[in-house]
Amino acid sequence: MRRLAMIVLVVAVLAAVPFTEASNAVLNFLVVALLIALAGQGWNVLGGYGGQYSFGHAAFFGTGAYVTAVLQVRYGVNAWLAFALGIAAGALVGAVIGALTFRSGLRGSYFALVTLAFAEVLRIVASVAPITGAGVGTLIKLDLRHEALQFQSRAVFYWAILGLVALSLVIAWAIEHSRFGAWLTAVRENEDAARALGVDATRVKLGAMTLSAAITAAAGCFYAQYFLFIDAGIAYGPWISVEALLTAIIGGAGTIFGPLFGALLVRLLGEAARLVTGDAPGLDLVIYGAALVLVVAFAPRGLMGIVADIRSAFRRPAPRPTAEAAGG
Amino acid sequence: MAEPLLTVRNVSKHFGGLQAVDAATLFAEEGRITALIGPNGAGKTTLFAMISGFVRPDAGSVRYEGCDITGAPPHELARLGIARTFQIVQPFAGLTVRENIAVGAHMRHRGRNAALAAATAIAREMGLGDMLDQPAAALTVAGRKRLELARALATQPKLLLLDEVLAGLNPSEIRDVVPVIRAIQARGVSIMMIEHVMQAVMSLSEHVFVLAEGRIIAQGPPEGVSADPRVIEAYLGHGAAKLTAAGAA
Amino acid sequence: MLSPVILIPAILNGLLTGAVYALIALGLTLIYGVLHIINFAHGALLTAALFAAYFTQKLFGIDPYLAAFALAPLFFVLGYALQRFVIGPASHGDDRNMLLVTLGLAVIIENALLYAFHADTRTIDVRYSFETIAVGGSFLALPRVIGLGAVLIVALLLWALLRLTDTGKAIRAVAKEKLGAELSGIDVAHIYAMTFGLGTACLAVAACLLIPTYYVNPHVGNAFVLVAFTIVVLGGMGSVPGALIGGLFIGVVESLSGLYLGESLGQIGIFLIFILVLLVRPSGLFGERA
Ligand SMILES: Nc1ncnc2c1ncn2[C@@H]1O[C@H](COP(=O)(O)OP(=O)(O)O)[C@@H](O)[C@H]1O
Ligand SMILES: [Mg+2]
Repeated sequence: MRRLAMIVLVVAVLAAVPFTEASNAVLNFLVVALLIALAGQGWNVLGGYGGQYSFGHAAFFGTGAYVTAVLQVRYGVNAWLAFALGIAAGALVGAVIGALTFRSGLRGSYFALVTLAFAEVLRIVASVAPITGAGVGTLIKLDLRHEALQFQSRAVFYWAILGLVALSLVIAWAIEHSRFGAWLTAVRENEDAARALGVDATRVKLGAMTLSAAITAAAGCFYAQYFLFIDAGIAYGPWISVEALLTAIIGGAGTIFGPLFGALLVRLLGEAARLVTGDAPGLDLVIYGAALVLVVAFAPRGLMGIVADIRSAFRRPAPRPTAEAAGG
Repeated sequence: MAEPLLTVRNVSKHFGGLQAVDAATLFAEEGRITALIGPNGAGKTTLFAMISGFVRPDAGSVRYEGCDITGAPPHELARLGIARTFQIVQPFAGLTVRENIAVGAHMRHRGRNAALAAATAIAREMGLGDMLDQPAAALTVAGRKRLELARALATQPKLLLLDEVLAGLNPSEIRDVVPVIRAIQARGVSIMMIEHVMQAVMSLSEHVFVLAEGRIIAQGPPEGVSADPRVIEAYLGHGAAKLTAAGAA
Repeated sequence: MLSPVILIPAILNGLLTGAVYALIALGLTLIYGVLHIINFAHGALLTAALFAAYFTQKLFGIDPYLAAFALAPLFFVLGYALQRFVIGPASHGDDRNMLLVTLGLAVIIENALLYAFHADTRTIDVRYSFETIAVGGSFLALPRVIGLGAVLIVALLLWALLRLTDTGKAIRAVAKEKLGAELSGIDVAHIYAMTFGLGTACLAVAACLLIPTYYVNPHVGNAFVLVAFTIVVLGGMGSVPGALIGGLFIGVVESLSGLYLGESLGQIGIFLIFILVLLVRPSGLFGERA
């Protein structure tokens, strides 16, 4: 329950930002950061709690984005419905890829590789298929009405993505407090031992992947609706696979708040890099990559791990290093 | 006589050119402690892996509670009441002791709180009450063995397969664990145990199977088996002295 | 159906392209065979090597084929240092961490190149870029024929190194049974780094062979590395002959499917092979570590 209260508190604080006369630039920054946090929370469900490291979450992000955009533009489907169908399509792609890979017993390196390959296939298909607008991309018509899921005010968009992030936090909380979550972390820690205790590992991983894909797809749907333009490189590009993973790992994989704080930090770093060096492409990603390596090397439990260490240091003035050391 | 709880008939398994288990037949009676002994590399762990669904036999059948369960996956067998421990302990290193046991408890308890409560109760029974919130990685060898037992027990098994739970423990730790196993049996759980510590086999089990080079070479009550020349032969150069000494004791 | 007049050159050209693919895959499979991880930085390191080959030609006028003799050792040292001082220590011996670290390195290298040299695509011109030789009625680009020869030589050298030298024996020992090798006194961290260095050196050679007929930009390595993954999976993770044969095969598949389906879809053909192989025969083609 304390965690749930924390979620309410964090979301409430973030929800108050538009009332502080924050500039559009600040809101825009936060919208993008929250969008990445949402994609990252998707990755976290599978990678953080389930230990299955996907290098291809772009497959879900892009599917969400394209389904939302194409249904509206080509088939005149209502934007709200298109958004929901985008999430469902992302979940479906996740379920299909999951069923194929987990049934074949792919783990570790192979799982990373095969998810990456699926994302790349989708990117190439999207860059040539007429229905996606091929190389030109897809443009959603500007139509600032609530029915079209577009808003005059950036603040409304901001609250919308914040609402989705809040939902994803609650999902993570629910995972931590459910049988499904216990099974999922058991599979992450030791798949054979989990199976011996009655866990249907394949089904649990498949469930996690479907949920994970749905969450990341929601981020893609939102992207399409916010920027009103996507192409293959944006929707299915490696950038989103990397950022989804990065925010979760840097924030703390397998924690509720890891992806959110990770995304805020990573995006702040990127913004700082841009301020210092002008808008030179590449530098922000160099910093992201370096942050990833540094976190793996020196803070394997990410930001949340650092926070936990600090807190326990305060609680116990004379910390005993024994448990950590023996855990090695 | 009624069919035993578990009947393994003529199961075989080879790895490459190596015949790890060769047409082995054995059974476990309800409510009893059955022992499976044999030299290192005899195929005991492989036999357990086939009973618990981790390895599919090349030939032969496994029957449990009157049903053919050959080739069923481990999680289904766990649901049917077959639990196992691993010779090389497999804790969920990043989880606490309570969370470790709760994974097993979840098989019978859907709710998180119920599972955690069940886990707490079992941890206390297994002498892990002081370690509930410690990460499993922080446990000693003896602690990990107890955790392995506690997790399996949390699934409320009818048949418990124990793979060398006493190996690696010192004599006083063994003295502590033996009554724990007795207590599990007293709750009505049937046990099949692989064990090298012969005193424990003698004191605990009612029926012993001896596996050597993949084959069952002898079976019967412990006293008889330990005097069997074929068994001493199989152990010669390995544990023959220990076995005969234990038999005399 | 297309006539043999088009088909045969397509197959021959596919083989020539495939040779360079094979060399890239060779580096990858070597690293996998010993370290049991997929090096996700392989593509970015190839890009770096292409830039290195490009600049040695542009700035110093050194022919890429000559530059290979300097760049291969240089990249060996780079690979050695990366594994020994970055990937190894940062991963704390955990495979999942190793994946993340190589991915992080890929992001760093690729974007550092982007930052330094921008997204421009660059080419060199050497006088033999467009020279061709006639083979059985088809005209083949001379640099690519040279490439095929060079790849065969490198493969032979590598084979000799693994079979005949002490280091090679140690590498094979570690690949087979890490714990045993460690117990018999082999410095596993050193062998890991040696292997990573060798795999990276292969990339330097591949880059020098590619640059006369190919181009370089900060993202160019990605296209190659997914092809290399496919080859490695197809040929069997860790298998050197598998990488060679797989490389040639994929070269031909790409060339033919490009002919029938067009450039982009031709690439999809490769991915589909890749995914199919992974899904249908994952255990048959390589061993999975517990
Ligand atoms: N997965 C496996 N692959 C190859 N060989 C194995 C495998 N599992 C066990 N073996 C071999 O089978 C034989 C029997 O092993 P095991 O069942 O562990 O024996 P025990 O438990 O009686 O000591 C041994 O020679 C062992 O090396
Ligand atoms: Mg054994």
